[in-house]
Amino acid sequence: MALLDIRNLTVEFKTASGWFRAVDGVSFKVDAHEVLAIVGESGSGKSVSMLAVMGLLPWTATVTADRLQFEGRELLGMSKRERRKIIGKDIAMIFQEPMSSLNPCFNVGYQLTEALKTHLDMDKAERRKRAIELLSEVGIPAPETRLNSFPHQLSGGMNQRVMIAMAIACKPKLLIADEPTTALDVTIQAQILDLLLKLQRETGMGLVLITHSMGVVAETAERVSVQYAGQKVEEQPVRGLFKEPHHPYTAALIAALPERAHANRLPSIPGVVPGQFDRPQGCLFSPRCGFATSLCRVEVPPQQRELGDALCHYPLKNGVALGHPGKGEAA
Amino acid sequence: MTADTVLIARDLARHYLVSRGAFRQPATLKALDGAGFTVKRGRTLAVVGESGCGKSTLARLVTMIEPPTAGSLQISGHEIVGASSDTLKKLRSKVQIVFQNPYGSLNPRQKIGHALEEPLLVNTTLSAKERTERARAMMANVGLRPEHYERYPHMFSGGQRQRIAIARALMLDPDILVLDEPVSALDVSIQAQVLNLLADIQERLNLAFLFISHDLSVVRHIANDVMVMYLGRVVEYGSRDDIFRNPQHPYTRALLSATPMADPERKRERIVLKGELPSPLNPPSGCAFNPRCPLAFEPCPVLRPALLAHEASLVACHAVNKPEATTKAA
Amino acid sequence: MSDAAATVADTRKTGRMTLLTEFWRYFSENRGAVAGLAVFLFVVILAVFADVIAPHAPHEQYRDAFLKPPVWQVGGDYRFILGTDAVGRDILSRLIYGSRYSLFIGVIVVSISLTLGVTIGLFTGYFRGPLDNAVMRVMDVFLSFPSLLLALVLVALLGPSLTNAMIAIALIQQPHYVRLTRAAVMSEMVKDYVTAAKVSGVGRLRLMFVTILPNCMAPLIVQAALSFSTAILDAAALGFLGMGAQPPTPEWGTMLADSREFVTRAWWVVTMPGIAILVTVLAINLMGDGLRDALDPRLKRS
Repeated sequence: MALLDIRNLTVEFKTASGWFRAVDGVSFKVDAHEVLAIVGESGSGKSVSMLAVMGLLPWTATVTADRLQFEGRELLGMSKRERRKIIGKDIAMIFQEPMSSLNPCFNVGYQLTEALKTHLDMDKAERRKRAIELLSEVGIPAPETRLNSFPHQLSGGMNQRVMIAMAIACKPKLLIADEPTTALDVTIQAQILDLLLKLQRETGMGLVLITHSMGVVAETAERVSVQYAGQKVEEQPVRGLFKEPHHPYTAALIAALPERAHANRLPSIPGVVPGQFDRPQGCLFSPRCGFATSLCRVEVPPQQRELGDALCHYPLKNGVALGHPGKGEAA
Repeated sequence: MTADTVLIARDLARHYLVSRGAFRQPATLKALDGAGFTVKRGRTLAVVGESGCGKSTLARLVTMIEPPTAGSLQISGHEIVGASSDTLKKLRSKVQIVFQNPYGSLNPRQKIGHALEEPLLVNTTLSAKERTERARAMMANVGLRPEHYERYPHMFSGGQRQRIAIARALMLDPDILVLDEPVSALDVSIQAQVLNLLADIQERLNLAFLFISHDLSVVRHIANDVMVMYLGRVVEYGSRDDIFRNPQHPYTRALLSATPMADPERKRERIVLKGELPSPLNPPSGCAFNPRCPLAFEPCPVLRPALLAHEASLVACHAVNKPEATTKAA
Repeated sequence: MSDAAATVADTRKTGRMTLLTEFWRYFSENRGAVAGLAVFLFVVILAVFADVIAPHAPHEQYRDAFLKPPVWQVGGDYRFILGTDAVGRDILSRLIYGSRYSLFIGVIVVSISLTLGVTIGLFTGYFRGPLDNAVMRVMDVFLSFPSLLLALVLVALLGPSLTNAMIAIALIQQPHYVRLTRAAVMSEMVKDYVTAAKVSGVGRLRLMFVTILPNCMAPLIVQAALSFSTAILDAAALGFLGMGAQPPTPEWGTMLADSREFVTRAWWVVTMPGIAILVTVLAINLMGDGLRDALDPRLKRS
C-alpha cells in the first residue's frame, strides 16, 4: 500500500472574478523509502496540491479528489481533529522561507519542544533532551546553546535546519519539502539537500520535494512528476526523464537549461504559462508547443500509460512525436 | 588600454560604518575590498559569489549610485573618482542597470511608455514626439507589443517586466549594462527567453555586460570572463573556460561542485563546505576562507593571500600559489 | 525566437476607467462605506444648492415664531419643519446653510495640512539626517499636546475667528501627514525602481514628486478622508467654545453654543445641529474606512 495515494485531485479558488483552477486532476503515489520530486514553473500548482494534502489551504479553496489517502485512510471528509493527529505527526512539511516560517518572538528551543508537546507524551526534561538530540541530528553545532537562540540570530541555512528538526521531531512517515533550498546560497543548498537525503535514508520516510530547479531534481529525486498549469503532464524515474522525456513540455524545459546549451542561443519556450483568463481549450501547452496541431487546440489529450503518463496526443519516443501528422499540419 | 575597454577598476573598495549602539565605536564593514577588473565592448564579465560577497556593492559602485571608498574606476575612458559633477552626469547615462526582482524595479504608477521615455526626458532635449518614437522602437526591439505602451506594470508577467526593465536600461544608449541577477527570479522557460534577448542585444549593440549571478550554469552560458568573490574580495579571476574546466581556488571548486547539474548520470563528487559564511563585520583573519577551506594550512589564518597569476587565471590562495606547500598540507 | 513571447495581441483594457472600476468593486463591497458616500453626497448637494433648497434665509428672524417646536410636536408649524431658535430663525435653513461652512472647513483644513504635511514629510523622508531628526522632534511635541487644547491656545493667540480656527486645526493635523508621508517615502526609497530612476539620471525634485510621491498616496487619501471629519468636529468644538465662527454665522458648532441655555426648555434647538454634526462625521468616517479597504494594498485580498 502506498504511503500517500492521490487520485484526480482538483483544487479551485474562488476569486473576485470567478473560479480559478489551480490544480486540475492530479494523481500520484508516494511510497515509504522513496523520494518523489514534483517539478514545475510558477503557477503549475505544485505547492497547492501539497498544501491541499496538509489541509492548509485558505477557505476560498475547494478541494475535490477521487482519492486522497494516507496509509489507506481517506483524508478528505475526515474530521479536523482526526486530521490534526496525522498532520504534523505522520506528515510534516518544510517551506521555502526559513526566516518567515519560524516565529520571531520565541526561541528555537520553545518552538521545537512545542511540536513535541502537541503530539508526543513527554515531560519537560525529556522534551529538552529530545530537542538537543534533534538539533545535533540536523547538524547544528553546540545545540545546547542554540536552544536559547532566536530565529533572527541564526543564518538562513541554520533556520532551515531548525525547520527540518521541527519537521522530523515526531518521526514523520512522510516529509513534504516545498522549495527547501530556493532561498539559500549554493553551498548551503548542497548541505541542506544532503541532510534531507541522509535523514530520508536513515528513517525510511517518504520525501516529496517540490522544486522548480531541474538541477536539484536530477541530484536528489528517484521519481519525478512534472506539472504544468495545474496538470500533471508526465511522470518518470529520474534517469528516464532526463534521457528521454515523453511530453514536449518536459523536453523543451530540459532543452532550455543553460547548462545543456550548445549554441549561443537557448532553445526557449515561447509565451508564458496560461493564467486564469487565457486558459486554452484542449491541451494547455498547445499555444507554446512546437508540435501542436488543430487536434491539440480542441481536444483534451489522453494520458499515455505506456509513456510516462504523458498528457499528450503525440508523445515523444526516441525524439519522434508518435502519430504526428508532420510539420505541414503542425503550423 | 585599448579604445575597446569601457570599464577598468583598480583596487576598488567600499567600506561602510555600521553603528553598534550609542556607546560603542562604529564597526567598519568592508563590503568590497581591492577589486580589479576590465571589461571590453561586446564582452561579458560575470561576478559570482554567495550572499555577502560584495557583488551587489560592486554593482552600486559601477552604476555610480555610491562612490567608492578607495581605488579607481574608469568608465568609457573617464575616471569617476574625483570627477566633476558634470562629468559624472554625462557618464551616468553610459552605465545602466537591470535588477533581479522584476516586481520591484518598475514604478507601479508609471505607464510602460512613460517609464521608457523618462530617461530621455531628463537627459536629452528630444521633443515629445521623438521620445515616443524611440520608446516604441525600443519596445519592438525587446519583443513587446505596441499596445503595451499604455499599460501599467502590474499587468505584466515577470518575464515581460524584465524585458521592460532591459528596454528602459537601453534607452540612453549605454556602453555598459550591469545585470544584477537578471534571470534568477524567473522560471526556466522564461529565463531562456531573457538570456536569448540579452545575447541578441549584446551582439547588436556591442555592449559590455557586467553580469552578477550566483547561478553558475547561467554564468557558464553567458560569460566570457568570470570573477569569483568571497566576503568582499576577489578569490579567482579568469576566462570562463579556465574557471570552469580548471578551477584553482578551493572556494571556486566547492562552488562548482555544489551547483546542482541537471544530469542524473553525472558522478557526484561534491565538496560540501563545512560551516556557514562568516559575518562580514568580523571576517576571519588572513584568508577569509580559511575556516571552511579543505586545504587550509599554517599561513592561511595569518597572511592574506594576494591575487597572483597562476596558470591562465589570477588566484588568491596560499595553497595554490605555493605548490610545495600544498603537498605539505595534504 | 525572443519576440515570440508577445505574438498574441494583448486585448486587456487599460486606462483610468479600469482602475476606477476596480476601485469601485472593492469600495462597494463595504456597505457602510457606500451608505456613508451617499450621505456625504447628499450633504454636498445641500451645501451647493442651499439657496434653492432652504425654505428661509439663514438670518431671517420671524418675530411671530420664537422657539417653535418641530412640526410633529404640539404647537409645530409647517413653515418651520425643524422648529425655530430663540430669535425666530428657521433651524432647518440654518442647518442647510451650515453644511456649507462644515464642508468649507473640511476642504480648507485638509488642503492646508495635506500640502504642508506631505511636503515636510517628503523632504525629511528623502534627505534624512539631522534635519529630519529636528523636524520629527518638533512634530512629536505637536502630537504630545491634546489636540483641541493646542488648537485653543493657537486660536487664543491669533484671535477667535473661523479663519484662525481653520489655520489652527490645520496646524495641529499636519504632523499626522508628515509621519505618514515620511514612513511611506522611506519604504519606497529602498525599492529598485527608485534606484533605476536615479541611475537613469532623474533629478532630486522629479524623483521626489514624480517618482516617489504618487506611490505614497493611498494611505494619505485615507488619512485625508478621516481628518476631514476630525476637522469638522474640531471646528464645531471651537465654535461651541466661542473660539471659532462667531454668531450669527450658521455654523453648526456655533449654533450649538448659542442654544446652550435652552437645553431644558427647547430640546430641538440643541439636538438638531448635534445630529447634523453626528451624521456628517459618521458618514465621512464610514467612507474613509471603505477608502482604506479599497486603496490599502496590505488589506487587499486577492
